[in-house]
Amino acid sequence: MTAVASRAEVCAIACAEAWRGDGEIVASPIGTVPTVGARLAALTFSPDLVLTDGDALVVANPLPVGAGPEFSKVVEGWLPFGKMFDLLWWGRRHVMMGATQVDRFGNQNIACIGPWEKPKAMLLGVRGAPGNTVNHTTSYWIPNHSPRAFVEKVDFVSGVGYDRVPPSAAVHEIRVVVSNLGVFDFDTPDHSMRVRSVHPGVTVHEVQAATGFELHADGDVPETRAPTDEELRLIREVIDPQSLRDSEVKA
Amino acid sequence: MTDKRTTEADVVAELRDGMTIGIGGWGSRRKPMTIIREILKSPVRDLTVVSYGGPDVGMLCAAGKVKKVVYGFVSLDSIPLEPHFRAARQNGSIEAMEVDEGMLQWGLRAAAMRVSFLPCRAGLGSAVMEVNPGLKTVRSPYDESEELVAMPALRLDVAIIHANRADVRGNGQYLGPDWFFDDLFCMAAKRRFMSCERIVDTADLLKEGSEQTLKISRMMTDGVIEAPGGARFTSCAPDYARDEELQREYATTPWEEFGPEWLEMS
Repeated sequence: MTAVASRAEVCAIACAEAWRGDGEIVASPIGTVPTVGARLAALTFSPDLVLTDGDALVVANPLPVGAGPEFSKVVEGWLPFGKMFDLLWWGRRHVMMGATQVDRFGNQNIACIGPWEKPKAMLLGVRGAPGNTVNHTTSYWIPNHSPRAFVEKVDFVSGVGYDRVPPSAAVHEIRVVVSNLGVFDFDTPDHSMRVRSVHPGVTVHEVQAATGFELHADGDVPETRAPTDEELRLIREVIDPQSLRDSEVKA
Repeated sequence: MTDKRTTEADVVAELRDGMTIGIGGWGSRRKPMTIIREILKSPVRDLTVVSYGGPDVGMLCAAGKVKKVVYGFVSLDSIPLEPHFRAARQNGSIEAMEVDEGMLQWGLRAAAMRVSFLPCRAGLGSAVMEVNPGLKTVRSPYDESEELVAMPALRLDVAIIHANRADVRGNGQYLGPDWFFDDLFCMAAKRRFMSCERIVDTADLLKEGSEQTLKISRMMTDGVIEAPGGARFTSCAPDYARDEELQREYATTPWEEFGPEWLEMS
């Protein structure tokens, strides 16, 4: 009998799928659910992914999220920030970042809300988003899908979307946006956002109502795939035994 | 042999209003906090601060020491948003140059290489190009179709960093997983000061780490301060972890209350 997956576990699968077929590159997940996803992908269908401990060490064994210093790491490499910058300019990386705002064309904002000169809310700053998005594949994870997060136009372009790709970008690919409601991509003629799948129990109508612009939808939108029994076991027993995923996505 | 030992007070005595200072470390990790504390106590003001920012930037903003911050982010790591930096940005009391974190590295590297800019791809297409009207692009002389950002050199008057170990001659050692960009900060600056957890004999530097941990050469430093716990409350792996409780108190207490207490801590 197949166990029933929680919403957080479906999200983890959706995140894992972002790295399918990526081969031997660094997967850089930001946040708990993307981290569960990347480690799941590495343990199953994308075994060549290179994963860090979230700090400077490249770790070859499956590291549980939230593991303490007592957990023994098999260290296969070293990526301090300077090396990570070299590597991202080299292009062998696929990051999944957060986004306070994302818009129709995949522009992402983590810098500020309101005018940059005097923001209503100062956030993190652009971090590495401008460089990531013109150097290698980028995806986004938004655990609280709402019209405040999915906006017609972002207040500040940190990560570059499809309507602003500079001619000198090495590559530009916003592969997917994963939210607590569904999976979104830009596989449309004008690269505007499309619903690729909705999570089990979510309707396209609900997703549209929680989105601040009109989403593209092709016919019957499929459901995000459920985890297999083995994937569920890996999530629950190996990668996230403390269920930290549930604090990011409510059941 | 030059003995470069000095004190926080002597370092800060060199600072002048309006100077540009670079601060090593990253977020809330290995920040030279005893030197920051001494700056807070001093009358110096109108500083331009270049940093992979954490509580160093937040405290300097809260204490009214800052004219401008050059940053890619300012964060306390375990607490994502820096409260005092946010307040300063939101009430418009500081100027800002916000760039990609890789652009920041490139600006320091350009200064270290003594060139006026280095080309990079990061920034293109993003709003970074709109809010920094001084940022220009450059066309490749080898490929007309390639237009890149000309990241200007970030030249520093003073750099301050914190290391795990050092000797009196100013060689510095990192025992944690990442030395961040401390070497570039020093190479981009006219005057360079390093605090450290412990000063050891030069002959003992390799007792705790390999030669690859000797990231700071004495050519890169003008002064060394022995400051055990000098990065607190930020982390200083492997000597100590971040003091999360003190950081939480810092982040949730008005500066008027926390500041005077913190200035008295040592």
